[in-house]
Amino acid sequence: MGLRTFIAGWPVYRQLTGTDPLGRGAAAQSGRSAGLTARTETADRVARSVCPYCAVGCGQRVYVSDDRVTQIEGDPDSPISRGRLCPKGSASKSLVTSPLRQTTVRYRRPYSTEWEDLDLDTALDMIADRVLAAREQTWEDVDSDGRPLHRTLGISSLGGATLDNEENYLIKKLFTAMGALQIENQARI
Amino acid sequence: MAEAHPVGFQWVMEAKRRGAKVFHVDPRFTRTSAVADSYLPIRAGTDIALLGGVVRYILDNELDFREYVLAYTNAATIVSEQFADTEDGDGLFSGYDPNTDSYVQTSWQYAGHEADSGSGHTAKERDSAAGLRHESHGAQVHGQVQRDETLQHPRCVYQILRRHFARYTPEMVERVCGIPREKFLELARAWTENSGRDRTGALVYSVGWTQHSVGVQYIRTGAIIQLLLGNMGRPGGGILALRGHASIQGSTDIPTLFNLLPGYLPMPHHADHPTFDEWVDSIRHPGQKGFWGNARAYAASLLKAYWGDAATPDNDFCYDHLPRMTGDHGTYQQVLNMIDGKVRGYFLLGQNPAVGSAHGRAQRLGMANLDWLVVRDLFMIESATFWKNGPEVATGEIVPTECRTEVFFLPAASHVEKEGTFTQTQRLLQWREKAVEPPGDARSELWFFYHLGRRLRERLAGSPHRRDRALLDLAWDYPTHGPHDEPSAEAVLREINGYDVSTGRPLASFAEAKDDGSTAVGCWIYSGVYADGVNQAARRRSRHEQDWVAAQWGWAWPANRRILYNRASADPQGRPWSERKKYVWWDPQAGEWTGYDVPDFEKTKPPTYRPPQGASGPAALAGDDPFVMQADGKGWLYAPSGVLDGPLPTHYEPAESPLRNPLYGQQANPTRKVYAHPVNSVNPSPPQEHSQVFPYVFTVSRLTEHHTAGAMSRTVRPLAELQPEMFVEVSPELAAEAGLTHLGWAHLVSGRAVIEAKVLVTDRLTPLRVDGRVIHQLWLPYHFGYEGLVTGDSANDLFGITLDPNVLIQESKVGTCDVRPGRRPTGPALRDLVEDYRRRAGIVPGDRPPTVTTPVLRPAGRSDDGPREKGADHA
Ligand code: SF4
Repeated sequence: MGLRTFIAGWPVYRQLTGTDPLGRGAAAQSGRSAGLTARTETADRVARSVCPYCAVGCGQRVYVSDDRVTQIEGDPDSPISRGRLCPKGSASKSLVTSPLRQTTVRYRRPYSTEWEDLDLDTALDMIADRVLAAREQTWEDVDSDGRPLHRTLGISSLGGATLDNEENYLIKKLFTAMGALQIENQARI
Repeated sequence: MAEAHPVGFQWVMEAKRRGAKVFHVDPRFTRTSAVADSYLPIRAGTDIALLGGVVRYILDNELDFREYVLAYTNAATIVSEQFADTEDGDGLFSGYDPNTDSYVQTSWQYAGHEADSGSGHTAKERDSAAGLRHESHGAQVHGQVQRDETLQHPRCVYQILRRHFARYTPEMVERVCGIPREKFLELARAWTENSGRDRTGALVYSVGWTQHSVGVQYIRTGAIIQLLLGNMGRPGGGILALRGHASIQGSTDIPTLFNLLPGYLPMPHHADHPTFDEWVDSIRHPGQKGFWGNARAYAASLLKAYWGDAATPDNDFCYDHLPRMTGDHGTYQQVLNMIDGKVRGYFLLGQNPAVGSAHGRAQRLGMANLDWLVVRDLFMIESATFWKNGPEVATGEIVPTECRTEVFFLPAASHVEKEGTFTQTQRLLQWREKAVEPPGDARSELWFFYHLGRRLRERLAGSPHRRDRALLDLAWDYPTHGPHDEPSAEAVLREINGYDVSTGRPLASFAEAKDDGSTAVGCWIYSGVYADGVNQAARRRSRHEQDWVAAQWGWAWPANRRILYNRASADPQGRPWSERKKYVWWDPQAGEWTGYDVPDFEKTKPPTYRPPQGASGPAALAGDDPFVMQADGKGWLYAPSGVLDGPLPTHYEPAESPLRNPLYGQQANPTRKVYAHPVNSVNPSPPQEHSQVFPYVFTVSRLTEHHTAGAMSRTVRPLAELQPEMFVEVSPELAAEAGLTHLGWAHLVSGRAVIEAKVLVTDRLTPLRVDGRVIHQLWLPYHFGYEGLVTGDSANDLFGITLDPNVLIQESKVGTCDVRPGRRPTGPALRDLVEDYRRRAGIVPGDRPPTVTTPVLRPAGRSDDGPREKGADHA
């Protein structure tokens, strides 16, 4: 290492002579971090997304390598957020990659004290059975004056504010056709 | 705002940098207060008194923006001589019916329209949360009204407003809210000085305003101020609701709500809407002004989108397939019905009522009494494990081996594992691209509901039952792709946008919707989001490449309009009010409206246009009627109908308050929704006895680092580490009075529950001098529960169930409690402690608190159109 390189390696030298007089950026960079590459630069692809927490709607860029989410950052193009994310938005990658996430169906039998495993396809069939039975048992066709009711009050649903518009649309459409009226979400709360 | 919507708050700071004055009103000093120009501590539940004080200040000093007020609001309109104000009724308006605890609105109408406007008796509207319909449009009223342009007529709205708010003086604000009068005057002065031709002021609120038994009237009071000051429809003005979930606006527009269909069409009521024509006419009110005149096209096109080929003009587009309301079917009524064994199955879709809804114990007891429960979530939440880990298991109220509820937990896909749109808080739809496949069994709701529907329809094929026709007729053929047959979200968005049935061409706007079955539109207010077959919500032109309105980022409903009612940003002649506040204006050369935004007005209707006699719908709107979704084209200072608890906001005490109402004999909202169910209760308030058993006021809100019921934050390591513990904030004065020590334990008791929390003694809370006495307030975060990386007792357990009458939202921003040092008891002793408090407070299971606390001087006459059952509690 020549003397020149040695001196130029001093942060204080770089701070005084370079473009970073406050020493909070390039001047403070170590040799090791200079050699690193950001995950965002090597990502296979970037999906443009939106923060899933509050309704400010901050833009996100989701970086993917080997079909795994490797980083989520604020989208600097967004006129809403200008690249910023708050603590929650910044934790989005931890959210979607959390080891606590449930990835299999769990089933609790009546009167049971424990969870069991259940196949997704079986679960869907069982739920379909129960929906049809609840409709059959609680169906109201007309009121006491013979006016249409076409409904069941035996089924309830709560949720939607964290879901997509397209999902809410299908939920409302299907439940309405099922005659299930008692559909609610966080907007009531 | 800095705490709960941090990135949105950057714009407040940007405005401050450019000279805006920032006022923050909150029971607790927060990060917002820290950077505001002025902070006003307030007693929770008294905002109408504060805002009413501002209204009085404006009117007393004639500081209203007179030209705007005269032309664009109903200030000059003459009201019926039958109307009597709360000033005359000691807190009750004319038309109060003590049999149903609701109003007959006839006497509130505009003069000459007592018979043909409004909704008459309102008990039924309360049960169906009818106020929510007005999220996109005003209530019905006949278009032609009597006016006094001098504003001198004693019954014109302007004069009624003056009399109504005359007693909301700075002294009264201080007495009710605990805000020193100098602080109040500083706010009133700044607000009025920063409004007018050259300047605008904005009002920002969140659930701190909505979660009250008078929540809608809070916002109404804000609207009155903003209309009087000319701050609506103009850049830098408005009333901005900061909503708390990524697409809670979307789930209101395309409602997973019992009383609405997409685009704020009402769910039909069995008695009022037996036929398609009656349903449609109840929405469009033939003869009224404005764009709701076309409701028949929106309604027919929705049914066409639902039932496709089966829906024809001859069968009223399958109108009879729609389920009918008979009363209150809201989430709290449902929970009480669960406890009573009336509900078989319950779906929870990314929502956690065991922690997030008021009266957590009632929520959990309800879920423990179902046949089956389907929970779809990212994480194992409290609402899925109540039978195993809930506090009622500890007290012995839920015994796992005796709890019959069958529980299915189905893992959900996260926001990066599916594509689709969120609608954020400014009505802006933003499309998300899918980044990766969901792990394991995790699936989107789109997948779950599409395939559930497919299976149901397969099972029912050939069914002879009438009840199955609506499912079998359903248009349910969405293209699928990928390894799991994921339905196409774009195809669903295209249906939401609407299309020409014969050609499949996506509609360009809701103006193209037809009532003859030739168009199908899933949500008419979203029409245009797929115009030209292009996903407009996916547009991402960088903010650096467009102007500050940023019209090419995402898509806002309606018609990609960023500021609603922006015709009001120009004067009656169509000229900008000032160069500084120029936004949308009339271009006489081109003969059209133009500007930075999409004009919220018929493009070529000149400012001088006057409707011909007998016109209705959009044609009846004059060239200077900017509020195009209102039935008279005007902003409503006074609401002759549509708001169930009064044409003007009135200060009532919260349902639970340590104080007698200083303004009226009527203590609390006389029309609030009350549930007299054994599991529910209300802590006593004056003039009832024993209110001193629960001497303190408590309120709850969010921490920056957590999200609602915690399912998406207590499970995420960085966030859990930042806020690891449940706590209660108290002032040093209260700590001394109650014997609490900083970082020690305390427990809080209400008539419903006892919870424990670590004590944080801080001067961010301050005792308030109110009506001659000192009121202590406590603050709690409501994010905690018994699952996740960090756990704690749930603040929402403390609340009972009392609702706003307009929208059936619960009062969960203010309640009364006691606080004691040390940890709470465990096991059965926990319920004993609550029972002891209930005994001392005189709470009897199933009792109703007195609703009316003043003599009803002018009761409503016998009305034939209202239900007589008291409160219709158990529909
Ligand atoms: S980053 Fe924060 S402010 Fe932005 S949307 Fe997400 S939670 Fe809201």
